[in-house]
Amino acid sequence: MECLWCMEEIIVEISWINLFQVERQVALCSRCNEQLEKITGARCKHCSRQSTQDICPDCKWWKSQEKGDPLEKNFSIFHYNDFMQAIIAKWKYRGDYVLGEIFEQELFQACNEQFKFLMKEAVVVPIPLSKERSKERCFNQAAMLAGFIPMEKRNILSRIHGEKQSKKTRRERISATNPFFMSESLNKPVLLVDDIYTTGTTLRHAASLLKANGSHKVYALTLVRG
Amino acid sequence: MEERAISSEHLKFLLSGKLLLRQEIPLDEILFQKLLQQQIIRKAGSIVQKGFSNQCLRCGNKKTSLFATIPCGTCSKTHLYCRNCIAMGRVMECEPLYEWHGESVSWPNHLEPCTWQGQLTLVQEQAANRIIKAIRKEEKELLVWAVCGAGKTEMLFPGITAALESGLRICIATPRADVVRELLPRLKKAFENVTVEALYGGSPTKAGTAQLILATTHQLLRFKQAFDVIIIDEVDAFPYHNDASLPFAANRAKKKRCTTIYLTATPRREHRKRIQQKKLEQVFVPIRFHGQPLPVPQKKICFSLKKDLKKFLPPKEFFTWIPNRKNPARQLLIFVPTIALAENMHSIMRRYLVGMNFLKNEKEMAFVHAEDPNREEKVLLFREKKIQVLLTTTILERGVTFPSVDVAIIDSGHKVFDEAALVQIAGRAGRSPNDPKGEVLFFHDGKSDAMEEAILSIKQMNRRGGFK
Repeated sequence: MECLWCMEEIIVEISWINLFQVERQVALCSRCNEQLEKITGARCKHCSRQSTQDICPDCKWWKSQEKGDPLEKNFSIFHYNDFMQAIIAKWKYRGDYVLGEIFEQELFQACNEQFKFLMKEAVVVPIPLSKERSKERCFNQAAMLAGFIPMEKRNILSRIHGEKQSKKTRRERISATNPFFMSESLNKPVLLVDDIYTTGTTLRHAASLLKANGSHKVYALTLVRG
Repeated sequence: MEERAISSEHLKFLLSGKLLLRQEIPLDEILFQKLLQQQIIRKAGSIVQKGFSNQCLRCGNKKTSLFATIPCGTCSKTHLYCRNCIAMGRVMECEPLYEWHGESVSWPNHLEPCTWQGQLTLVQEQAANRIIKAIRKEEKELLVWAVCGAGKTEMLFPGITAALESGLRICIATPRADVVRELLPRLKKAFENVTVEALYGGSPTKAGTAQLILATTHQLLRFKQAFDVIIIDEVDAFPYHNDASLPFAANRAKKKRCTTIYLTATPRREHRKRIQQKKLEQVFVPIRFHGQPLPVPQKKICFSLKKDLKKFLPPKEFFTWIPNRKNPARQLLIFVPTIALAENMHSIMRRYLVGMNFLKNEKEMAFVHAEDPNREEKVLLFREKKIQVLLTTTILERGVTFPSVDVAIIDSGHKVFDEAALVQIAGRAGRSPNDPKGEVLFFHDGKSDAMEEAILSIKQMNRRGGFK
C-alpha cells in the first residue's frame, strides 16, 4: 500500500494487535501524517480559532450584529499550515478526489466527540457548489466530507455562481450578499459541513437562510480553521 | 467572415501537434462541436483498458495505485482518473482527449536565423557538425556526451540553425524549470528574429505555438507528433530518468521522422550499454570550452563524521581544510545530502566560519534546497558574490554556473550522491577560463562505490581529452 500523498510504500509493522486483523486502511505514511497539525489547547469556544479568550473578538462582533449570530458553533480539526494548503489545493482545485479519504477517520471522530448530542435529530448539510463550479470540478469537497459523517444527509442548499471565495479579500467576503437559496423548509437542527472556515461568512450565510426556513439551530463542522 | 478566417489560421497553430483536454482548448462550445462534427478536431482515448490493467494515454501510467475513482458529477457514474499526471489537469475515463486533424502547419524556412556572435572551439565545432549531420540526414538518435563545462548550449546553435533553415520544428526539453528560465534569454539572443517560446509550470505563455520551443519535459505531455527535432537536455537527470511517463511523452511528441538528440555529461548505464552495442550513435566532447582538464576530487576521511552529523557539525577535517585552500579568493559551494542537514548545519557552520575570521559576518553565508521559495534570489546573490558560502542539497548539482568556486561535499558516501551526481557536483568547479582549477573535496567516513566510480570516470574523461 502506498501513501496517498508522497506515494511511498507504507510498511505496517506486524504485531500481536494487528496480526489477525483485516488490513486497516491507512491513508498517509507516518512522515506525511506528522505534518498535519491538529488544533489543540485553548481555542475560541465559538469558532475554534486558537485563542486564550473564551470567545474571540470576531465572534463577539458577529454576536453584536442586529440579528445576532446565526451560527451556534463551529468546530474545526486542523490548522491551515503549508502542508494542509498543498493537500487542499491538489484535492479541491486539481481534483484529486481520493485525497479526501485522508480525513475520513478524523472527521468521523470529531463528529462523535463534538456533536454526539445532534446525532438523533439533526441533518447534515454540505455547503454546495454552484452548478458551473460543480461541472468544472466534478465533485463537491464538502459533500465528500459530509459523506464520512454517520448522520442523515440532505442537499437542500443551492448556490448562485460567483467568484471563488479564495480570490476575495476579507472585506469583500464579509460584505458579500448571500449566495445561497433553498426551495424547501426544514424544521430540524442542522450540522453544516465545509472544508475551510476562514471568516465564517459563507457558513453564516447558509445558517441564516436555514434559520429563515425553519431550522432553529445551526452548527458547523469544518476540516480546517484558516 | 474575415475574422473567422484569421481565427481558424490561429487555431491551426494552437491545436496541431497537441493532445489536449477539453478545458485546455479555448473554444466556445458551439464552435468546438462544429469542428468536432467536421472531424477537424477528433476524439482520442484517455484511459483505456490494456489487458488486465488500465493505461492513461496522456502520460502512459499503468500503475494501479496511480489510478483512483471519482463519482463524476457530470455523468453520475463512478469511474477512473489518473493521479500520475493530475498536475497538468485531470484525465478522466469519461472524457476523451482531443487532437487536431485539420490542415497542418508548414513552418517557415528561415534565412540565416542565428545571431550568435561567439566562436566555437575546435572540439565544440566537431560536435556541432555531427549534430548538423544527424538533423540533415534525419538520423533517429544521437547522444552528445559532453563534460561539465564543455559549452553544450553553444554547440547546439549550428544544429538549431540548420533545422530552422529547412523549416523544421524544434523542441529543447529539459527536466528542470530552473534550466528553462536560464536558457531562455540565451536562446532568444542567439535567434533574435525567431519566436522562442518557453513552457513550464507557471510560465507566462501556455499556448505552445512557436517553431522553436524550450520546455520542461513535463510539458511534452500535451504534445503529439509535433516536432522534427527534439533535444533532450540532461537526459540522465531527475525526474526524466526516474519517471517513465516523461520518455513516454517525449516519444509521442516526435513526428514520424524525427531526430532526437540527447545531451548529457554523465550517461547512465543503459545509454552506455547501447553505445557499446553500437545501437546508439554518440559524439564525445572531452574538453571544457576553456581547454583545461576537469578538477579531480580529493577524498578526505573523517572518522567521527556520523557523530558530528548527529549534532549537525561539519567534520573537523573541513575546518582544517578551510585555511589551507590553494586560492582563498574562491567562493565556497558546500553540498550536504538532506534538507534537514542543510537547515541545521547552516547556523552552526556560519558561527564557526565567522569565529575563524573566514567570513566577515553571518550574512555572507546562506543555504538553499528544493522547496526554498527564495532559491533563485539566493543563487543570484551567490553569483554576484554578495554571499561567500552557499550550503545546498543536490538541487544545485547541475545546470548552474559560478565562475570561481571550491566545492566540498559533506558525507559524500551518502546514497543520494550517486556517480552521476558526484561527477556533476565536481563539475561546478573550475568553470571560468580565468580560474580553471578549483578544488573538489569529498568528506566521507568510508568511500562508496559511487565515489570511486566518479573519480575514475573524471580521470578517464581527462585522459580522453588528452590530459595526463
